[in-house]
Amino acid sequence: MGFVSVWFILFCAVAVLLYYTLPKKWQWPLLLVASCAFYASYDLRYFGFIAVTTVSVYFAACRISLLRARQNSYFQEHPELEKDAKKAYKAKTKKKTWAWLIACLLLNFGILFALKYINFFIGNINAIISIFSESKIPTFDKLLLPLGISYYTFKTAGYIIDVYFGRYEAEKNIFKLALFTSFFPTLLNGPIDRFPLTAPSLFASHSWDEKRTRFALQRIMWGYFKKVVIADRLVVAVIAIVSDPEKYTGVMVAVGALLYAAELYCDFTGGIDITIGVANLFGVEVSENFLRPFFSKNIAEYWRRWHITLGTWFKDYTFYPLCTAKPVMKLTKFCKNKFGAGVAKRVPIYVASIVLWFGTGAWHGASWNFILWGMGNCLVILVSQELTPLYKRFHAKHPNIDGKWHYKTMCIIRTNAIMCCLRLFDCYKDVPTTFKAFGSIFAKPSFGLLTGKTFLGLGLSAADYIIAFAGILLIFAVSMIQRRGSVREMIAKKGFAFRLAVFALLFAVIIVFGAYGLGYDSNSFIYSKF
Amino acid sequence: MDKIIEMLLQLHPDIDTSCDSLVDDGILNSIDVVTLVTEIFNEFDVTVPASEIVPENFNSASAIWEMVSGLMDE
Repeated sequence: MGFVSVWFILFCAVAVLLYYTLPKKWQWPLLLVASCAFYASYDLRYFGFIAVTTVSVYFAACRISLLRARQNSYFQEHPELEKDAKKAYKAKTKKKTWAWLIACLLLNFGILFALKYINFFIGNINAIISIFSESKIPTFDKLLLPLGISYYTFKTAGYIIDVYFGRYEAEKNIFKLALFTSFFPTLLNGPIDRFPLTAPSLFASHSWDEKRTRFALQRIMWGYFKKVVIADRLVVAVIAIVSDPEKYTGVMVAVGALLYAAELYCDFTGGIDITIGVANLFGVEVSENFLRPFFSKNIAEYWRRWHITLGTWFKDYTFYPLCTAKPVMKLTKFCKNKFGAGVAKRVPIYVASIVLWFGTGAWHGASWNFILWGMGNCLVILVSQELTPLYKRFHAKHPNIDGKWHYKTMCIIRTNAIMCCLRLFDCYKDVPTTFKAFGSIFAKPSFGLLTGKTFLGLGLSAADYIIAFAGILLIFAVSMIQRRGSVREMIAKKGFAFRLAVFALLFAVIIVFGAYGLGYDSNSFIYSKF
Repeated sequence: MDKIIEMLLQLHPDIDTSCDSLVDDGILNSIDVVTLVTEIFNEFDVTVPASEIVPENFNSASAIWEMVSGLMDE
């Protein structure tokens, strides 16, 4: 039951109807039942995996909370304890809570690794072995990859790390934790939510709210528009270009990269719009995942505005813990004595950035393409960081340039050009092909390929290009308006007739211009594969 | 406290040291925060645990100093 199906719409309609007619105390249990039903509609075998994650995280988190509560009551019962004795007790508790945390993370990331990365790992081992002998380790043919495993594993890992850090107490009701883990709108595309942000609205009682429902439906429609009118149309041309790298070289690689940027944005943000809209129908707030990323003026800013919840997850649970880890601090001290303060202050940043971007790359997929994509992002960000003094000198020389529209536009174009180049790793089947395609842009631009015949040979008609281009222009216009405030609030201030017309128009556009049927796969979301 | 202000000024010479939303307003990014943590380690021999790296502890010079003082007392 994908997002783009009549069954999903009916499923949501029935769930909403029951949600607001049943007694309020049954609202969150109903969402749990609905999430189970949604999950079951994909594959019943997935249940085992998500159940193991929920149960293991529940028990480990409760254990950590209990150990910390015991420590606090011990301190209260023994106010006479001296500082050293308290320190020793704290260290003992910390050792135990650390053991629970690590055991839980190893189990859950172990499952993720076994299902998602084991064949990639074996493939690399075999490549090394092949240098010395002909024997090979067999790979696993039929590995299950449960729906949303990357999302729920990261979400629950964040939850238990926060409990370990003492940021909040463990949830005592296992069914509530199960709902947080499996809340059905978030299983396909995320976001990777934080427990304290989602839980209050997830478990609260909600009354029907006409404005909230209207806003939610508008958001869902906007998501469908991006997905079925633009993304599902452009994907045909993107696949045609990247699957024939011998034919489509030079400037067509750049065209493919631009089309892919639009497709990826519409596919992922469309999915997230549907997710947030459906969650809002039930009064549930989930995190925003995008903030007009294509308006970013540098790569670091881009990553603060694109897939925000993944970026903040890696920052909070990988980057900071690694930077502050004792071995890294010791290394920093060693480097300060040996090479000076300049090198020392870079050590934690470099170490943590490399691990963070390796992880981000691997999260997207088990292939060297994604890992190199991550490393490419890391390289660009670290080089930018190193060039900071140069930028500062430039800005000191031109103090008002930041506010000039042409400078801002140049920065935005530069950021998007770099991101388009890096995204080529997503598109092509392997690393050598990616480099070859990228190299051909400069070595053999082949501008002669920019003809109507070439474009029409990509599987799309002239009408398809016009619809997609008009759709992109509309998204751009809406993004520009969004800078001044919520578009839905602006629409809400207009009269009923205007609101109805906007809704009906969007609905008609989705129905008439949506890319359905033979050759299209509306239920396939790029980010649901991650 | 003066040392913390000095660290902030070294990072961003034009920073408003009385600002109380350094992280929330995007004046300090994650790399700045880590640089501060490293400087704190070098200057005060205090390791700032990852659990303490939250915006509230880095939003102002006084918040940073409060956190460092608390960690030194532990």
